[in-house]
Amino acid sequence: MILNNEQNKSNIILRVKNLSFYYGAFQALKNISLDIEANKVTAIIGPSGCGKSTLLRCFNRMNDLFSKSKLEGQIIFDDLDIYSQSIDPVLIRSKIGMVFQKPNPFPKSIYDNVAFGLRINGFAGNYDEEIERALIQSALWDEVKDRLKDNAYSLSGGQQQRLCIARALAIRPDVILLDEPTSALDPIGTVKIEDLVNVLKNDYTIIIVTHNMQQAARVSDKTAFLLSGDDRCGILIEYDYTKNIFSNPKMKETEDYITGRFS
Amino acid sequence: MSIDFKLNQNNLSRRKFIGIIFLAFCLLGVLGAMMGLISLLIQVILQGYEWVTPNLIFNYPSRHPEQAGLWAALIGTLYMMGLTALITVPTGVGAAIYLEEYAPKNWITSFIEINTSNLAGVPSIVYGLLGLSIFVYFLKLERSILAGSLTMSLLILPVLILASREAIKAVPRAHREAAFALGGDKWQVVKMAVLPNAFPGILTGVILALSRAIGEAAPMVAITALVYITFIPVTPMDRFTVMPIQIFNWISRPQDDFRGLAAGGIIVLLILLLSMNSVAVILRNKFQKRSEE
Repeated sequence: MILNNEQNKSNIILRVKNLSFYYGAFQALKNISLDIEANKVTAIIGPSGCGKSTLLRCFNRMNDLFSKSKLEGQIIFDDLDIYSQSIDPVLIRSKIGMVFQKPNPFPKSIYDNVAFGLRINGFAGNYDEEIERALIQSALWDEVKDRLKDNAYSLSGGQQQRLCIARALAIRPDVILLDEPTSALDPIGTVKIEDLVNVLKNDYTIIIVTHNMQQAARVSDKTAFLLSGDDRCGILIEYDYTKNIFSNPKMKETEDYITGRFS
Repeated sequence: MSIDFKLNQNNLSRRKFIGIIFLAFCLLGVLGAMMGLISLLIQVILQGYEWVTPNLIFNYPSRHPEQAGLWAALIGTLYMMGLTALITVPTGVGAAIYLEEYAPKNWITSFIEINTSNLAGVPSIVYGLLGLSIFVYFLKLERSILAGSLTMSLLILPVLILASREAIKAVPRAHREAAFALGGDKWQVVKMAVLPNAFPGILTGVILALSRAIGEAAPMVAITALVYITFIPVTPMDRFTVMPIQIFNWISRPQDDFRGLAAGGIIVLLILLLSMNSVAVILRNKFQKRSEE
């Protein structure tokens, strides 16, 4: 198969193997396996409650913050099983950054927001340089370079979200998880984030959860379609190159969903 | 085209009438409370304003009303409040952080939670007697300012813990998650994301708790034994008196002049309380603005 050949050439950074996830007795994800390619944008789509965000949060062990969560299977990051006993989730999170649905800057200055991760991780180099780099990478520098000491809440929603991206970039992660990053933004803010994602994939691997199928089609290289049945447990229906998913889906469920014939 | 309002009109006047009655009740409540407070204030001010002199503030107590003053009690109150704050703020805020952020959600934690709330409602004289038996007698601290501060700390700790927990609980989940996602460990998240956010609320708790302590007389009756103090405390082991005790002492004297003196003392206590509160409110607003806008 052509697809297999392409995959072999590419560079896999994250492998999900037979992943099942539980909140207490409730199973949220069942038997999910997929490989994430480095320096590509992978979109996770699916209807509400299908477990998209849960899957995304498995990658940086954010689900550990819920005390009753349980995970079966493996996620291999490079060569590392991130759920093995000897791995501290704190280290994983400094290599796999995350941006949330609603912009959530800290009530601090723009500068201090970007510096936050550096300070937490004990960065000893030149803060000004790193912060400038992160803000340039997140396409925010020109808008804020004269007001770095202003409070982050003085920015617009879209700017705040790019600040959150800069905050994640500052600690030089390998992977960035975006959890519906534009759902709280207006169309202009959304376009800016999407343009940014296209640029960032040169330096980072990006996994984006989105409600918006057009967005997935616009920004992603590969798309994973998740669906949950009557038991509300999410399973992976189809995972392929985005162009295939949207032009020639193999599964009937995928076709129904992307054409809006979904009940 | 005509819209039929008949159904809605039927009970519209009735609904409005009920609304007005409710408003009247609310106003009555406000008026009643305000009247009581204002008449109390007027009475105290009328009775005491001519007694508020440098003598009242800078003199030691005396048998002669015109020479008697609050100096020892004023310094005693300030000393005790300072020591109480030093003891209460770290322990209270620490307990709140532990209960909110670290404690496992099990029956022991909920038992502690319920009892903290209950302790906030225990009559203050009970704390006075507890302090008397533990700090004064058992730990042999005598009737010292340290024993008084420890007793006051016990009294206001539940109030402070409850307020601090509410403040910590109110910190948006998004801030915690953002800090965790940047590779923060638990303590870094608490220190850098949770506490700065909760600070205005915690400060409010500190104000409320210390305001309660400054006016408490009952536990101090037990601790100080109402002695006549003509010196200001220097070390934490010195004997002391506080303003509510001095005022209580003056009120219980038969001479009219002492009652005027007591009213004067109440005015000084109120001024102290109000200035303490306003400083804290200003501080809090400053921090709140910084964290919100």
